Amino acid sequence: MSTHQPPLPQAAPGGSYPGYISPIPVVRTHLGHAIASEWTKIRSVRSTMWTLGVFVLLVVGIGLLAGALVSNSSSSGDLSGASALSLGFFGLLLGSMCIITLGVLTTASEYGTGMIRTTMVACPSRARVLVAKAIVFFSVAFVITLAASAFVAMTQVSMLDGVTRTPTSGEWLKGTVGVSLYIALLGLLSLIIGSVIRHSAGAVTIMIGAVLAPLVIALFMFSSSLEKVRTALFEYSIPNQLSVFYSNSLGDSGPSGWDPLWIILGVTAVAFAGAYALLEKRDV
Amino acid sequence: MIEAVGLTKRYGDKTAVYDLSFRVRPGAVTGFLGPNGSGKSTTMRMILGLDNPTAGAVTIGGYPYRKLPNAARQVGALLDAKAVHGGRSARNHLLSLAQLSAIPARRVDEVLRVVGLQDVAGKRSKGFSLGMGQRLGIAAALLGDPQVLLFDEPVNGLDPEGILWVRNLMKSLAAEGRTVFVSSHLMSEMALTADHLIVIGRGQLLADMSVTDFISANSADFARVRTPDTEPQLREKLSSALTEAGGHVLPEQDGALRVTGLPLPRISDLAHEADVRLWELSPHQASLEEAYMRMTQGAVDYRSSIDQKAGLQQLLPPGAQPPMPVPGQGQPGWYAPPPPQQGGQPFAGPYGAPGAPVAPPGGFGSPQGPYGAPQAAPNPYAQPAPAPAPGPAQPAPAAAPVPAPADLTKPEDAR
Repeated sequence: MSTHQPPLPQAAPGGSYPGYISPIPVVRTHLGHAIASEWTKIRSVRSTMWTLGVFVLLVVGIGLLAGALVSNSSSSGDLSGASALSLGFFGLLLGSMCIITLGVLTTASEYGTGMIRTTMVACPSRARVLVAKAIVFFSVAFVITLAASAFVAMTQVSMLDGVTRTPTSGEWLKGTVGVSLYIALLGLLSLIIGSVIRHSAGAVTIMIGAVLAPLVIALFMFSSSLEKVRTALFEYSIPNQLSVFYSNSLGDSGPSGWDPLWIILGVTAVAFAGAYALLEKRDV
Repeated sequence: MIEAVGLTKRYGDKTAVYDLSFRVRPGAVTGFLGPNGSGKSTTMRMILGLDNPTAGAVTIGGYPYRKLPNAARQVGALLDAKAVHGGRSARNHLLSLAQLSAIPARRVDEVLRVVGLQDVAGKRSKGFSLGMGQRLGIAAALLGDPQVLLFDEPVNGLDPEGILWVRNLMKSLAAEGRTVFVSSHLMSEMALTADHLIVIGRGQLLADMSVTDFISANSADFARVRTPDTEPQLREKLSSALTEAGGHVLPEQDGALRVTGLPLPRISDLAHEADVRLWELSPHQASLEEAYMRMTQGAVDYRSSIDQKAGLQQLLPPGAQPPMPVPGQGQPGWYAPPPPQQGGQPFAGPYGAPGAPVAPPGGFGSPQGPYGAPQAAPNPYAQPAPAPAPGPAQPAPAAAPVPAPADLTKPEDAR
């Protein structure tokens, strides 16, 4: 009361009030701080451990199982045209659900718990928060997927040595780094959808629908007049794009080589721009 | 300093906050009061840049919150206690916030000790009680050692020790020269904590003044008079005698009379003249709580009423008296006497003792008196609005016909 200030029309720039000065040094914050914060957040909740644990379990388990089955049942020459790497596909397809879930939870769970308000008060630059989340999540998802898929690929290749042909270095790159980038981008897209939808269950449903629906719909397109749509749905469905990295696509006309990566990169970039615009405009 | 100018927020056709202008100054605890749904939290969110105002602006130290450099080091806020991820431990929650604002990590343990959560710092906040959640939220607000602090309902769920602690914390923060803005719907709490009050109802400013001004402007003395229970006719007799003399009489539930507009000696004289014995004649001052209730009763959005249990009750046997309602229930006008100078300059003069010759006694019993005959009015909403919510000088407050807010035209409203 004794320090009551007469009303000042405008305080000094930076809000240096004539009242209280904190002894803690003031540091200008940047993206690095937000990244450190998001890293603390992502490593300190159990859902991260659970989803990533299940992911590794699915990728490694199914990969080893497929490798063991093929090496036991097929005789030499049976699969000579194929590469052993392609057996990693099944585990990653199922595992991608975990990455999608984790991606959605990274943003949507903050809205579900109300944590987002605390975060946005601590850091009013909303874009910085979103970018930090994207960077941290993408790095985590990429590293984990790369480790899991590389381990599975090496094991399968050594298990099936002699049964299948030895993969080229290009195939190695696509079957590990390429596919890991694709899965991590798929997770990043989920994170963006989570930020737009702000509801975990809704966003997970949308993403799983986006992964599976085109394939399921195409399965039931019997009419020949829909043949073109059916082929497009098949070829551009996410499971098929994923299999392109193992060079065993469902069709010949669809994406090939590194195309799926450019496609999802474009989609994610567009979605990111949309999410950014919405985040700036909407109330938290 | 927080400064709001013409702050307005609409959600669809619902106006949450309308044309709110106020200033919160450093060095004092400023209480922010209003009934549920009156727009307190919306205003807080707009101050913190979470919600964009539909019109108007609010600045902290001259900057809108989202343009504030190092916002977390200048402003700390407790919004709602459970705005945390329940799966994260208290320490990790605060650590992530500290990292986000470039605050040294050791500050986390410091604030955990300040709020008394050091023993559960490693526990997931999901298992925290409401009071522990509040403490965690306060810890987050204190983390950046900011000059401006906002607390939304900080004492919710706290134990008496915690309430006392928060009260002293606010005062000491303000004494250090910080700006402390505390919202609450508990007038009694604010009376003890705040130096200055900003009262809103239905998103509009009702009062912006110091607590002492608020008390002197809004509380009114009354006398409680009790006649012998054994002779009800004496009560009637005294009642009419007092009314004739210009006093205003409100029967209380236990048979006593609440008299305003007459000084105590005059009541005694009148009783003597009417040959009525008195069992009690005592002076009372309406509490701040009652003053607040009266001020905001026209602006209450969610009003409780008596549970009628219509059709569920057995018919009373003939001659049986229906049970007396608990005082105050469903009778909004019961609470408080009208302000001392009705219709005059609200909040202008010094404490005007009721019954002082200044106020003609009739002034209290003017036709709009909120409790002309409380028992007789079956519908509490049907009575005329009490004293038009006294506002500060500038905006014509709730009672004025304001064009925009849709909710002011709600049919259940007395206006």
